Order: sequence, then C-alpha cells, then structure tokens
Amino acid sequence: MIAEISVQVYTYIFVGLTFSLYLVIAWISRVRDTKGFYVAGQDVPALANGMATAADWMSAASFISMAGIISFNGYVGGQYLMGWTGGYVLLALLLAPYLRKFGHFTVPDFVGDRFDSNIARLVAVVCAIFISFTYVAGQMRGVAIVFSGFLKVDITVGVVIGMGIVFVYATLGGMKGITWTQVAQYWVLITAFLVPVIAISIKLTGESIPQIGMGSQLLGEDVHLLDRLSQINEDLGFANYTAAFGWDHQLLNMFCVTLALMAGTAGLPHVIVRFYTVKNVRAARWSAFWALLFISLLYLAAPATAAFSRYYMIDSIQGKTREELPKWFNHWEQTGLILWFDDGDGRLRYSNREDNEVFQSGSGSNVTLTEDYKFDGKLVKQNETVSIKVIQIDHQKWIDKVGGRDWRPVLTQQKLSGPDKDIMVLATPEMAELSNWIIAFVAAGALAAALSTASGLLLVISSSVAHDVYARMINPQASEAKRLLVGRTVIGLAVVVAGYFGIYPPGYVSQVVAFAFGLAASSFFPVIVLGIFSKRVGTIPAIAGMVAGIGFTGSYIIGAVYLGMEPWCFGIEPTGIGTIGMLVNFTVTLALTPLCPPPSQKIQDMVESIREPEGAGQAVVIEEATEH
Amino acid sequence: MPEPSDPEKSATSGAAKPEVRAALARYWRSNVKIMISLLVVWAVAGLGCGVLFADALNQYSIGGYPLGFWFAQQGSIIVFVFVILIYCCLLNRLDRKHHEELEQLRREGKA
Repeated sequence: MIAEISVQVYTYIFVGLTFSLYLVIAWISRVRDTKGFYVAGQDVPALANGMATAADWMSAASFISMAGIISFNGYVGGQYLMGWTGGYVLLALLLAPYLRKFGHFTVPDFVGDRFDSNIARLVAVVCAIFISFTYVAGQMRGVAIVFSGFLKVDITVGVVIGMGIVFVYATLGGMKGITWTQVAQYWVLITAFLVPVIAISIKLTGESIPQIGMGSQLLGEDVHLLDRLSQINEDLGFANYTAAFGWDHQLLNMFCVTLALMAGTAGLPHVIVRFYTVKNVRAARWSAFWALLFISLLYLAAPATAAFSRYYMIDSIQGKTREELPKWFNHWEQTGLILWFDDGDGRLRYSNREDNEVFQSGSGSNVTLTEDYKFDGKLVKQNETVSIKVIQIDHQKWIDKVGGRDWRPVLTQQKLSGPDKDIMVLATPEMAELSNWIIAFVAAGALAAALSTASGLLLVISSSVAHDVYARMINPQASEAKRLLVGRTVIGLAVVVAGYFGIYPPGYVSQVVAFAFGLAASSFFPVIVLGIFSKRVGTIPAIAGMVAGIGFTGSYIIGAVYLGMEPWCFGIEPTGIGTIGMLVNFTVTLALTPLCPPPSQKIQDMVESIREPEGAGQAVVIEEATEH
Repeated sequence: MPEPSDPEKSATSGAAKPEVRAALARYWRSNVKIMISLLVVWAVAGLGCGVLFADALNQYSIGGYPLGFWFAQQGSIIVFVFVILIYCCLLNRLDRKHHEELEQLRREGKA
C-alpha cells in the first residue's frame, strides 16, 4: 500500500514538473504576429523541427496503444509500424520541400491557390477540420486513461486540466510556443518509453538493446523469445506471433491498410504544416529526416515492448491463484483494463477459446444484456446496459454456487475477452518491477505524447478556420490583430469541443481514426502530389477527384462501421479502404484532365517556381543556413 | 529574414530566359529520377519484403527473427530512415549544382 501511494505522489510530481516546464516555454516564446502564430516565423532549425514533428506525430495512440496492438496481433501489427513510418518517406520525397517552397500557411492554402478555386479551398478546409477533430478526440481519451489509471482522478477533471494546459500554451505561443514545447515533450516521451523496455529486455534476455534482446534466447533457457511466444500463442489458440500470410485476402488487406496509412500520414494536415516552419527547402528535407530518425527510436522499440510484455504477462498470470497473482494485476484490475472471471477452479486461465477467463471492461464499463435477467430480484431487460461491477458480483455468486450465472459467454460475445491493449505499455514498468519513479515517469510521457499531438491539431483547426476561411474567404481586409484574435478564439472553441469528446468519447474510437487516415489518403495526398508533379491538372479534375475519393472512402467506412454493410470491395476492411479511395481519386482526376482546360499561365508559373529550389532572395539564405 | 517566396516574382516566371528554363528542366528531370529510384527501394522494403513476400522470407532468419517478420517490424523502418537520408544528400548536392549553373548563367548575362 505504501508503494502504491508513492507512485501516485511521484506521478503528481512529474506531471506537475513537466506541465510547468511547458508553460514556461510557452511564456518565453509568446508571439505577437500571425506569421509567428501559424508558422513560428519560419525560423525553426531543422533539428528542433524534427523533434517537434516527431512529438507532434507520436500521439497517445503511438505511445499507449501501438505496442499493445502489436502485442495482441504479432506480425500483422507491423502494418502500423510500416504505415506510419513509410508515410514519412512519401512526405519527404513528394511533398515537404515543395510545400515549403510554396511558402504559405496551410494545406488548404496550397490547394486553393494551386487549383485557383475557393471551392477546392473549402473542400480542403472541411477535410482538415474533420481529420483534426477525430484525432484530437483520440488524444483526449489518452489523457483520460492516464489520469484515471495513475492519479485516480475523475476523468472529467483530468480532461479539463489537460485542455487547460494546451489552451494556455497554444493561444499564448501559437506555432512557436507549440514547437518549442513539443521539443521538450519529445524528450519526456521518448525517455519514458525507452527506459522500461530496456529494463524488461535485460530482465528477460540479458541484452540491454531491446531490438537485439527480442531476437535473443530467454535468460537461462535454450529457446528464442520469438519461438517461445509463437509456441505459447498457438497453445492458447491465438495466431502464430511471427507467421506471415500466403496469397489470400488477409495479405491484400494488410497491403491496403499499410498503403492507406502511408498515404494518410503524408496527407495529414498537422504533419504537413510542420514543414512550413523551417528556414528553407533544404531545411525542410533535413527536417523530414530528423523527424523520422526521432520517430524510429520509438517505433523500433515498440515491437520489443510488445513481444516482451506479452510473454511476461502470460507467464506471470497463467495458472496462478488469487494469492499468487502479481501486484500489477491487482492494480490494473481496479481500472477495468484487465478483469478475471474465474470458472470456479481458482486458477486464472487466459486463452482464445471458450475456457478463457481474462476480460476487460471496455470503454464504457457497461455490458449490454443479450436477454432479460434478474439481478437480486431486479429485472433488467434485453438490450439494456448494466455496469460491469454488477456483472462481477453476479458472476462471483455463480462461482460460490449461490445463484448468479456464468457471464463469460456474454462478455466474449461483446468482444470484451482478453485484457485491454493499452495495458501492455502502461503496466510494463510494473511488470518489470521498476522503481516507482519510473512508473510515474511513464504517466508523464503518455501525457506528453497526447498533449503535444493535441496542441498541433488544435493549431491546424484554428489556422484552417481563421486563416483559410476568415482571412482568405470572408474578410480579406482583416487587420493582423483581428486575425490573431480570431485565431485565438477558434483555438478556445476547439479546445472546448475536443474536451467534450474526451469526456464523452464517440463510439468506435479506432474506426474513427481509420476514417481520418482514409480521408487524408483519398483527399489531400493525390491532390497535392498531382498539384506539384503535373502542370496540366486543372481545377475541375482536382475537385472532382477529391470529391470522388472522399465520397467513396467516406460512404464505405460509414456503411461498414455504422450500417452493417458487408465489406464488398474485395473484402477490404474500413481501415484499408483509403488505398482504393486514393486510386479512385487519381483515376478520376487523370481521366478528366485531358477533357478540361489547363490551368492559367500564372498557375503554371507558380508550379515552376515551387519546383525551382531557389526563389527570389532564397539563394542567399540557403548558403547562410548553418545547421547542416 | 527569409520571406515566403512570392510565386509571381520568382526566378523562373513566364518571362524567364530559355537558358534558365532549360536549367530548371534539367534539374527537375534529375530530381524525378532520384525520387523514383528511392521510391522503388521504399516500396520493395516496406510493401514488398514486409507484406507481399514476408511469408517466403520467413523461412530465413536474421538475428533470431524470422526474416519476413523482421522486415515488417524492424527492417523496413531502418530502410525508410536511410532512404530519406540518401535523398537529402543527393538532392542538396543537386541543388548546389543547379545553383552554380544559374550563377554561371547570371555571370554570362543570360539570366
């Protein structure tokens, strides 16, 4: 109990320290003009921009959920690793240098100017706002998990505190404040991620480099970790950990998901906008390199965290009695991320079959009944929901043979079997029995990951509304001060909306995020690539392509997720449909192009000037750039 | 202070001399060539070795990992980092060459 309290105290200390650090940085780098507000005055060094981009990109999902997803899916989890890093290659080679040369503020700005159309601009603004909001909601859920899991604070209070902090430094410092805060957040989150995985690697394999440890033999045994893991998975009825797919539809699915995530990453507005903040084209290229290098530190370690924690988790709970279960199990059982519904033999059994006894409470902590049932004489009707706590009490009665029923089939049917994937990262330090301060530091790291991404996204929302809609479309004569005021007001509103989504998360968070990637892949990516690499593509084909891409992807995802539609397109899951949407966009645009007039000479000159690495006055600056 | 470039005042506006346009066209062709070769490496490492051929590669092993699995969770990411590094080096060299070419033209009074 004493240890429990001190983790909490440490967490308060670390969260307090890091939050004050962020506020101090924001105060030092506060800004007064719109250029500093949206693109940090375009004087951020490539190295710092790389770190900030890495922190911006690595969200609560990367930090908390990704290793967990890999842990439960093994080989297939690689689609996220490859998709989210491979997208940077597309970004660096196809987009970043040219968008920097273009030199305005936002992605809709590029789309609107290149295709000389306010309709195109508006479509791009709507996409940017939608993508950003779906993403922010995910970050707020991450903040909520950390606050309730580590600090035992009410979720609402946690979200309000988190949003308050983001609000202060985003409105005060704009992009400049956010950039330098993100540099600090990068170091917090990468340290918090690497220390536990190194510790658990040493514990299991004796290797201090996790990536080597993952391929090594288990300490004191004559078997490789990955072989043992595959063996355990097969014994318990799960898919082999390392086995890949033959030429079937699972392979097609993985291919589509990977490609959709890659193109989606390259098309995400909050990532693209980072490349507007550097000095010049050359620095934009180096920024992309530094960003991926910094990201790869976490992404190369995540598969190791996944494999180690899966082996360790199963090894430490399988067949144990209540008294033998490790401390971390009891701790996280209170949060509902892992629950034990025994079959009466008093020993825990985790498997992928009917005899599984490990469950989770799910995001709402409620269970929908499949038939009418009486709890202590109180009737609950079919399709009504009951708290998981009530179910646990009733199940315990069944174990004690004093009434109640076996609830495991109901929970399995509602997809609540197995622990919540988020536990794999959050509980790893406790599994490895690390010091309390490291456990607390992981909480600060997870918060850094969530807040850095949230702040970047909020700025995109604000710039989309205040710059693209207000300054470019509604009131082009607006003064600098007025634009800044609108920008700050919009951030304030966006914070409130995002906070609402954090407290009342929309159902199917993972599918909503799939929506964001699918839309980015099928809308922004093709239109920006064609805008740069073709001088011939004009306004009408570009708008038609975007609308067709979004329309196809959007209706497929909504149909498959919410309306129970069969995934009719070669059985491709909603997560991967962005790939097809992207092909639809490219096809429609390129098919219409010969039928429509080419863009004006002015636009063609603009494309030429984007390709030209030296602009008016730029040559001198390239020589002066000292950071490389 | 670097200003965001104004497309209309840029070095290669419609009124640019043919020599300058030719230099940009040459630069652009080399750029696209480098880009496509590197994208092929990107596709082979990620989508190829990590997804399409992962099953076949899994019969070999590297450092205790099945090879296809290694590509999906480690190798592809390492290749991606190097692809961008090589791109930066090649393109920055190309930029320098292009800059010198333009300087040459300027000295000759053709730009």
